[in-house]
Amino acid sequence: MTCLPAPFPGQKKLGLVIDLDTCVGCHACAVNCKEWNASGHSGPLSDFEAKSDGVWFNRVHTYEAGEGEASRTVHFPRSCLHCEEPACVTVCPTGASYKRAEDGIVLVNADTCIGCKLCSWACPYGAREFDEDDGVMKKCTLCVDKIYNENLPEEDRQPACVATCPASARHFGDLGDPNSKVSKLVAERGGYDLMPEMGYKPVNKYLPPRPKKTGASCGSKASEEFSLIDLAERRAAKDEIAVKTGAEPTLAKADGKGAAFLRWADRVLSR
Amino acid sequence: MHPAFSVILFTTASGAGYGLLLWFALCSLAAPDWIDRPLALTTLLFGLALVSAGLGSSTLHLGRPERAWRALSQWRTSWLSREGVAAIAAYVPAGLLALAWIVWPRPGGVAILPALLMIPAALATTYCTAMIYASLKTVRQWRNRFTVPNYYALGLFTGALLFAAILRLFGRETVAVDIAVLVVGAATLALKLAYWRSIEGRGASTAESATGLGGFGTVRLFEAPHTEENYLMREMGFSIARKHAAKLRRLCLAALFGAPLLLTLIALLAGGWIAGFAAVLAVISAGAGVLVERWLFFAEATHVVTLFYGARAA
Amino acid sequence: MALIADALGQAGRLFRRMALTEAPARPAARARRDPLEALAGPPEVVETSPTVGDEVKYTTCYMCACRCGIKVHLKDGKIRYIEGNRDHPVNRGVLCGKGSAGIMQQYSPAKLRKPLLRTGERGSGEFKEIEWDEAMRLATDWLGEIRRTDPKKLAFFTGRDQSQSLTGWWAMQFGTPNFAAHGGFCSVNMAAAGLYSMGGAFWEFGEPDWDHARYFVMFGVAEDHDSNPIKIGLSKLKANGAKFVSVNPVKTGYSAVADEWVGLTPGTDGLFVFALIHALLEADAIDFDFLARYTNATWLVVQNPGGPDHGLFARDANGVPLAWDKTEGAAAASSRADISPAVVGTFDLADGRKAVPSFQLLAERYLDKQYAPEAVAERCGLTAERIRRIAAEIAHAAFQEEIVLDQPWTDWAGRRHEKMIGRPVAMHGMRGISAHSNGFHTCRAIHVLQMLIGAIDTPGSWRYKAPYPKPIPGGPPPGGKTTAPNTPLSGMPLGFTMGPEDLLVEADGTPKRLDKAYSWEAPLSAHGLMHMAIHNAWAGDPYPVDVLFMYMANMAWNSSMNTAGTMKMLTDKHPDGSYKIPKIIYSDAYASEMVSYADLVLPDTTYLERWDCISLLDRPIGSAHGPADAIRRPVLKPDRDVRPFQDVMIDLGARLGLPGFTNEDGSPKFPGGYSDYIVNHQRKPGIGPLAGFRGEDGQTPGKGAPNKGQLEAYIANKSFWRLELPHDEAYFKHSNKGYLDHAVKLGMIDKADQIVLQLYCEPLQKFRLAAEGHGAIQPPERDRERVRTYFDPLPIWYQPLEEQKIALDDFPLSALTQRPMAMYHSWHSQNAWLARSSRRTSST
Ligand SMILES: Nc1nc2c(c(=O)[nH]1)N[C@H]1C(S)=C(S)[C@@H](COP(=O)(O)OP(=O)(O)OC[C@H]3O[C@@H](n4cnc5c(=O)[nH]c(N)nc54)[C@H](O)[C@@H]3O)O[C@H]1N2
Ligand SMILES: Nc1nc2c(c(=O)[nH]1)N[C@H]1C(S)=C(S)[C@@H](COP(=O)(O)OP(=O)(O)OC[C@H]3O[C@@H](n4cnc5c(=O)[nH]c(N)nc54)[C@H](O)[C@@H]3O)O[C@H]1N2
Ligand code: SF4
Ligand code: SF4
Ligand code: SF4
Ligand code: SF4
Ligand code: SF4
Ligand SMILES: [Mo]
Repeated sequence: MTCLPAPFPGQKKLGLVIDLDTCVGCHACAVNCKEWNASGHSGPLSDFEAKSDGVWFNRVHTYEAGEGEASRTVHFPRSCLHCEEPACVTVCPTGASYKRAEDGIVLVNADTCIGCKLCSWACPYGAREFDEDDGVMKKCTLCVDKIYNENLPEEDRQPACVATCPASARHFGDLGDPNSKVSKLVAERGGYDLMPEMGYKPVNKYLPPRPKKTGASCGSKASEEFSLIDLAERRAAKDEIAVKTGAEPTLAKADGKGAAFLRWADRVLSR
Repeated sequence: MHPAFSVILFTTASGAGYGLLLWFALCSLAAPDWIDRPLALTTLLFGLALVSAGLGSSTLHLGRPERAWRALSQWRTSWLSREGVAAIAAYVPAGLLALAWIVWPRPGGVAILPALLMIPAALATTYCTAMIYASLKTVRQWRNRFTVPNYYALGLFTGALLFAAILRLFGRETVAVDIAVLVVGAATLALKLAYWRSIEGRGASTAESATGLGGFGTVRLFEAPHTEENYLMREMGFSIARKHAAKLRRLCLAALFGAPLLLTLIALLAGGWIAGFAAVLAVISAGAGVLVERWLFFAEATHVVTLFYGARAA
Repeated sequence: MALIADALGQAGRLFRRMALTEAPARPAARARRDPLEALAGPPEVVETSPTVGDEVKYTTCYMCACRCGIKVHLKDGKIRYIEGNRDHPVNRGVLCGKGSAGIMQQYSPAKLRKPLLRTGERGSGEFKEIEWDEAMRLATDWLGEIRRTDPKKLAFFTGRDQSQSLTGWWAMQFGTPNFAAHGGFCSVNMAAAGLYSMGGAFWEFGEPDWDHARYFVMFGVAEDHDSNPIKIGLSKLKANGAKFVSVNPVKTGYSAVADEWVGLTPGTDGLFVFALIHALLEADAIDFDFLARYTNATWLVVQNPGGPDHGLFARDANGVPLAWDKTEGAAAASSRADISPAVVGTFDLADGRKAVPSFQLLAERYLDKQYAPEAVAERCGLTAERIRRIAAEIAHAAFQEEIVLDQPWTDWAGRRHEKMIGRPVAMHGMRGISAHSNGFHTCRAIHVLQMLIGAIDTPGSWRYKAPYPKPIPGGPPPGGKTTAPNTPLSGMPLGFTMGPEDLLVEADGTPKRLDKAYSWEAPLSAHGLMHMAIHNAWAGDPYPVDVLFMYMANMAWNSSMNTAGTMKMLTDKHPDGSYKIPKIIYSDAYASEMVSYADLVLPDTTYLERWDCISLLDRPIGSAHGPADAIRRPVLKPDRDVRPFQDVMIDLGARLGLPGFTNEDGSPKFPGGYSDYIVNHQRKPGIGPLAGFRGEDGQTPGKGAPNKGQLEAYIANKSFWRLELPHDEAYFKHSNKGYLDHAVKLGMIDKADQIVLQLYCEPLQKFRLAAEGHGAIQPPERDRERVRTYFDPLPIWYQPLEEQKIALDDFPLSALTQRPMAMYHSWHSQNAWLARSSRRTSST
């Protein structure tokens, strides 16, 4: 039904959290999604037989943001965000496009969809693709036939794109529960909505790329102390000791390498 | 947005159809003696044909036309569904009007109620049609305060031109209608110009808000996600060069407004067969003009999804 | 007007709000529907637990060389879904885009269906289908004739082969030295540099310590053979808050997620690394203990300019290199654990020669002003400050953040250490280094840097993957010094040269191999030079061959680097109308470009239809945690008349009567085909293709009698075997007694001697001395200068050779290739999903 389910307390909002900091843009999520779903709930997808140009539920873009050295290159997977207030559902004249009350998953009923395409016009995120072969609209199902599937072992009940992501850049869970792992991740990392101005209230969240560890700090634990200046100071200090102890003057060379050799000549090493 | 011919035909034909039916109903209430059976039946048939052609073409545009009847079910939320319901409902007064004129040479009082009902039915259907577009937040050129008035104005204007021509062909004295045409035409022109002005500039959504990466600076698409054009790019990614659009706008102004209004004036002043000829020409010109107008309405509309594919703003 | 519009819009909104805010729609709440709503039909019933398939089979992916474990769901005899195997040591459950498209590879319309015999001209693509009997008879005739007369007239080259231990063995039994696999044009610079320096390499022989690294520098890697493990590892690093630096002119893929992207000028990594070394040496940010214990930094190098021993290690009577013991003030065997070796100084040897520790030569070279950050920065396209900062960061991570594991271990000399102390700076590199013509030295430079900061196989640093480390270098010299009719080679065709005496050259210096590997043109070419095979066979240089036999190598397209030229060579004729390359046999699974140029095509199965063996004798899937190997098992029956190539090789071997493939009585040794060979072949006593489940009862890992039930044991274990090393063997493997003893027991190495890391590479000096006129075997004049210039025992930098030929001012930009993550070479151009999801073409 294209009326949105009215909110009720404790309502589940299943969705994805995508970490733009670690996504390497490998397309694994997109292809594995295709593979699961080609014979899944909304399958087949049209280019299973290499016919038309094909329906994909998930597409991976790459963007550049900012200028010069400070600019960022960001890989950006894009699929249905299972919005809380999705017009893709309310515009649908047949009720084929609907949002499930029990978990918030937005689905298309392929048996009643008339292929008017209006829902795809209403989606700001390009999450819906029309299947020319079937004449109906298709979209990410949040792997509804996998995440609850009792024929699969518990740990495999995750969306295909999440399970397969080599960089662990995709997380799945209940964003309606503030204590869920995904909700905490969103809170910690400042997860955000795409095009909030549209007012669709996407459930899926994106985690922003983290600040780069550049500049004088090494970024690892006790970063600040060991800077560029330290290397120079360290050398000066060592040189001084070496000159003072005045080891083997024959090693001292005119070109400034000498001090180093003086220091090293004194080293007592064991095998 | 991709200007699909079927959809263009749908909105233009049904707009004109409802406009015609509305003018007919108004006329049969206000000046019943202008109308006789042949004129009434011709007008009603013409109106119904236009409306039906529009509906038919939009049905054929569907991926699964055989399931079209399901589209009536979601009237609570969907403007497309409401449009379907309203369109079907509008057949009732129109059908009754036609029946009345078939049964009685001059139905008189019998036609009053259906005629009265025809007016809101036509208005409501046109409103729903307009709202299909005006309700889409994703296309700022459509979710525009001029979209509904424009749909009304164009429906009334093209309907009036048609009605004027039919009246002329049946030899009726139509100064009032001609003046109505001129007034409505001028208003429609003003609305259209206002619409065009209103869609200049940029929308609130940008590549930055679409990706959320604006904090790093300007966002540019570096690599597209696929090698070939996909559905999204074809359907939403259609765009038209500014120069090209300007040319088409001029064409639209000439064909939809300039020529018809001039021809109406000529008809008004000249009378006789020249008037009839001018009125038909006006209809033809406006028909072509409204197709261009509607083509532009799509072609100039930018969908926010293009932001993901490299558009800067939409 | 606006007013009207607003009012209308308002009405619309009201209408919608009314409609939208209806009774709460919990699942059942909207049961009552008006008649119009009823037209929608009943709400969809979503089947949330459909059966996924009727069977699950575990095998190994072959959509690229990474060899991940996969779980194949089959439904009605077809593939329903392929996912990663969670238990597999390589991919731990994840699957990349290529692996996920395996289903389309299986159903690709480009699959070959039957053996083909050429009927038209080469390249025309005109063939007739023939029966396998005829195909095998033809191949046996062609090859039998060669073997009876001159076995080296067979050139057998394989591409992305994962059964090299079989194909190489086959070539050896046949008696042709003309064998190589794709390694020669892949990353041999890197493999050789690593194997000659540290007994392991980046390439496929090592990996960063993803769990402990604090600073990770990645040089020129786009996809790597460790496709999934790198991605898994990077996400771990990021979660741990370590810093990831990507050195790469290109900023996509991994560079994009790096903390710091060092976009240096292509081909200048060597200079960049020298500048880092310079800065670290200046500041004494050097791990001298590591150098003294684990490397040849203290070995004495003879200083006798112009002499035949100049630059060689001073050795004792047993050939053991000497170090200067400061306690006794005398040279002593470097292998002694009780000496206190000097790292600098000029010392007089007992025989009167002078010698210096190799570290001194190293320090003198890289402390020179020409390698100061200020001197190289511009050439590298970086700033000196940045290079110095990165040096400081490396030093910081290495020395201020050293990792101390409470893990006792015993070193090579039997001394117990209470803790494992690591320098958490990890490095990795690949083709961005390797594929440049200065790649060998650049890669050595990186290894030198790793050694200087004590970051080789320590906690947090780069680590060997089992079965590495190997003694330096990694194996015996190449076989093929002599060839004779009906006679196997004395050793495997590919190997490691230690000096001019190991080269495969005639007395006048002409190469003995078709590809000229191990000749003065390419003395170290540890993986052969496959990319030269077609050219040389066409040119008859150094000699013509009769049959060019290729497997899984799309040479007409990929590896030759010159597509049009290669196609021409394959079709070129003598004036008498015969082809310059007389006969070409090719095995592919798909109708690749190369197929069109073959005379006889032997169609292979897909990777889901055959047995395969990912062997420790070939390239490893072992990790730093221990050795591992795997199998591929047929999960589907071919629906075409195709045969696994390995079966074909074993059959051919038997038909030709090759010793390794026939019994005394001439009957086939492996009548069961490849699976029979995998279980029963022994390379050395107790050592076979698979290291798992050996011994008659299947209980012996590594080295043991063949086990009849071995494949079943693998299948029961999800098609792989893995042995987790005890924690005290996990690091310092080059010098860890526990590990070295264990590795001998497992058959991974022959002797438990310490593997001393080679900062200074003596074999290079041997070749150079020959070029300078010393010794019996010397390069021909045309190669002399080149060998003298480039065979430097310490890393050098030179402008990439291809750049030297052009004016950089005219061509200031470089074109680089980079593997798309969702495409594997030319394999996937016919895979509908991959061709769409990613750029159309592969890396090439
Ligand atoms: N998806 C996929 N995976 C593959 C393969 C495939 O075809 N597709 N092929 C497999 C094979 S056979 C191999 S050998 C490996 C190779 O794996 P990689 O070594 O990762 O190979 P390339 O894609 O050639 O990446 C080379 C990288 O080096 C960079 N580079 C170029 N010049 C320089 C330079 O001078 N300095 C530095 N620092 N960087 C430079 C390039 O920008 C590029 O990012 O990948 C394997 N994995
Ligand atoms: N410009 C440029 N050129 C390059 C590189 C580069 O980075 N840039 N990289 C180089 C490197 S590192 C490498 S390794 C080479 C790779 O070069 P190759 O090894 O020549 O190339 P592949 O494309 O892997 O092609 C091997 C063939 O294997 C076939 N094949 C696939 N599956 C099977 C199977 O199951 N059985 C059989 N029998 N055949 C099968 C494919 O159809 C294909 O024809 O390319 C090299 N060329
Ligand atoms: S699989 Fe993961 S890393 Fe790869 S593109 Fe998708 S989200 Fe990014
Ligand atoms: S992303 Fe698009 S398709 Fe998905 S729920 Fe939101 S509006 Fe609907
Ligand atoms: S295409 Fe299908 S799902 Fe989308 S609005 Fe039309 S009927 Fe509804
Ligand atoms: S949740 Fe499932 S359907 Fe949605 S993008 Fe991921 S894999 Fe595809
Ligand atoms: S990296 Fe991908 S293609 Fe390569 S073996 Fe693993 S899953 Fe297969
Ligand atoms: Mo390679």
